Amino acid sequence: MRKYILKRIFLSVIIFFFVMLIIYTLMRCLPTSYIESVARQKSMQPNSKSYEEWMEQLTAMYNMDKGILAGFFGWLGDFFRGNFGDSWFYTVPVIEEFHDTVWLSFVMGLIAFFFELIIAIPLGIIAATKQYSRTDYTISIIALAGISLPTFFFASLLKLLFSVKLGWFDLFGLVGRNYEQLTAWGKFLDKSHHLVLPIVTLVVISIGSLMRYTRTNMLEVLNADYIRTARAKGLSERKVIYHHAFRNTLIPLVTIIGGSLPGLFSGALITETLYSIPGIGYASYHAMVSGDIPFSMFYLAFLAILTLLGNLIADILYAVVDPRVRIA
Amino acid sequence: MAKKKQEGYLSAREARRISRENRRITNGFEKQRKRKNVPEEEYLTRMHDANNSVEFDDLHTYFFTDAGTVKAVDGVSFDVPIGKTVGVVGESGCGKSVTSLSLMQLLQRPQGQVVSGQIRLNLGDKAYDVTKAPNEVLQKLRGNYVSMIFQEPMTALNPVFRIGEQINEVIELHDGEGKSAEDIKGRTIELLKMVGIANSEGVYSMFPHELSGGMRQRVVIAMALACNPKVIIADEPTTALDVTIQAQILDILRQLKDRINSSIMFITHDLGVIAEMADYVVVMYAGRIVEKGTADDIFHHPAHPYTIGLMASKPVVGKKIDKLYSIPGKVPNPINMPNYCYFKDRCEMCVEGCEGAYPEMISLSDTHKVSCYRYYGKEGE
Repeated sequence: MRKYILKRIFLSVIIFFFVMLIIYTLMRCLPTSYIESVARQKSMQPNSKSYEEWMEQLTAMYNMDKGILAGFFGWLGDFFRGNFGDSWFYTVPVIEEFHDTVWLSFVMGLIAFFFELIIAIPLGIIAATKQYSRTDYTISIIALAGISLPTFFFASLLKLLFSVKLGWFDLFGLVGRNYEQLTAWGKFLDKSHHLVLPIVTLVVISIGSLMRYTRTNMLEVLNADYIRTARAKGLSERKVIYHHAFRNTLIPLVTIIGGSLPGLFSGALITETLYSIPGIGYASYHAMVSGDIPFSMFYLAFLAILTLLGNLIADILYAVVDPRVRIA
Repeated sequence: MAKKKQEGYLSAREARRISRENRRITNGFEKQRKRKNVPEEEYLTRMHDANNSVEFDDLHTYFFTDAGTVKAVDGVSFDVPIGKTVGVVGESGCGKSVTSLSLMQLLQRPQGQVVSGQIRLNLGDKAYDVTKAPNEVLQKLRGNYVSMIFQEPMTALNPVFRIGEQINEVIELHDGEGKSAEDIKGRTIELLKMVGIANSEGVYSMFPHELSGGMRQRVVIAMALACNPKVIIADEPTTALDVTIQAQILDILRQLKDRINSSIMFITHDLGVIAEMADYVVVMYAGRIVEKGTADDIFHHPAHPYTIGLMASKPVVGKKIDKLYSIPGKVPNPINMPNYCYFKDRCEMCVEGCEGAYPEMISLSDTHKVSCYRYYGKEGE
């Protein structure tokens, strides 16, 4: 097992290198350039140097005067030395901005993830055990609606209904108008209140696929021979489904759930942006739009590491739940 | 049935009509089954002969599929006497397994339903009709009075639980009162030893994937025997195994049957195995019994052309032939069964009477019964 994990980590490092190379190349080729816009602004000021001169000076200042490959290795070296640089757009160290935003995203993701699990998995099991019944069709339709609704559309619907028509929630933002006057407990409640709609959006969008996945797996397991054996033993239907079948359904479920755990840190770019929640997704969106290379690179490197870690966790969990893949 | 346009072709309208009709029928059965607190009188019955442990009486098990109703078992009656082995033979798809699953009430529901007939199970002091028994009662019977050995040892065990756990579970469920975990473990290990597993302590804590097919089949047998059932259904227990292991498994089954004096319903399409194991033989064809009798009746005086064909198509040691005999033709489509003898189209011994309706079951002797027109007028000879 140890050898296997070491091998996987080694492979992950190689994958990481190439992923980042591609991302860096793309970042350098982006049509929005932070340097260009700063140079344009500076050259607009009275008695200023020309745009070209500003460009030359700024490019050198921001270390963008080298070629893509040289720039990439420079970035990579800094990254591994723990020197992540300063964000151009936020004008603070990258790590500081990251630290300020990531925890909010994490909390939001964790709550949404929790609800996703406790809603999607039981629904999937119920749908599978009552295959082709009215319950099954109802659950499937809801799940399919969840999968098919684009985030921006569903979020807009929620806003229209609950913010505009009913006025229960604010349209966007994390804190209310009178946030500063509130007590600590009041501040907490105010934030929670503002997070309701984003979390509902995240949950509804994501339960569909997990529910379908659970249903398919459960159906497959329920038709297996060992389930018939379990019934032939005289076990109650409850025990058959929640003990014998569920343990087997867990195998594929745990892998996708385990794989998505690191994703909790990555934030939800679209949802956060739609509700103006200052999480990591929202921050990275603005950094990306303004061509903030250090912050975007850091965020994307972080995502790449999380994804690779997720895959590794999924593989390890697979061995935990399925005795057949345990490696001695 | 559907107007015959083309074999196997259904128009959308017809398919809709069939599935609507099916849903109506199966919902009726399911509603009947889902009732709570069914009074015992409803499924309490009397054995026709107290020496039988199971009596199948005019059993009809149908599958309501989207292509039409499949009469998988269509009027099957036979008895399993206490302490005897009854072999059920027939080719694939003739309804052998469905008959046994009807006894266990483990049919693929809601499509598969016992439409009519009785299956009387002798519990010693009373008898139950399992086709009418509610689920809670069946759960007490399964694994306890009736148990089943399945044909696929590779998939019949749950891959995520240890062998010991899986056998313990049955003992705990039916026999667990007043037993400590240690007692149950002891019993499981004893069972594993009984089915000829040498390293029983080791196997106790192994996972199914760590065992070979033969070993797994032994585990399945141990599981089926855990509560000393009155009836053991062995559904092709040796089909997936190679010949040497087959012989060992058959030996184990025979010894165990004698030790706990239970009846075995042995399902197979291997005539050699039947000859070795069975006291009585039931030959099935396309969902019906074509011939039944003692092993001697069937093997030495086969009467039905299908049985004769089966006997002719098995290789005989010491006899040299170029080509093994095979029965010509194929089994009729289960959805559109003919209204005459199902075997007529493949039969090489037809007589004039064969044009008529499906032949009745007639007795050739006290034990030997056949449903064939060739023997009309020769009953009881």
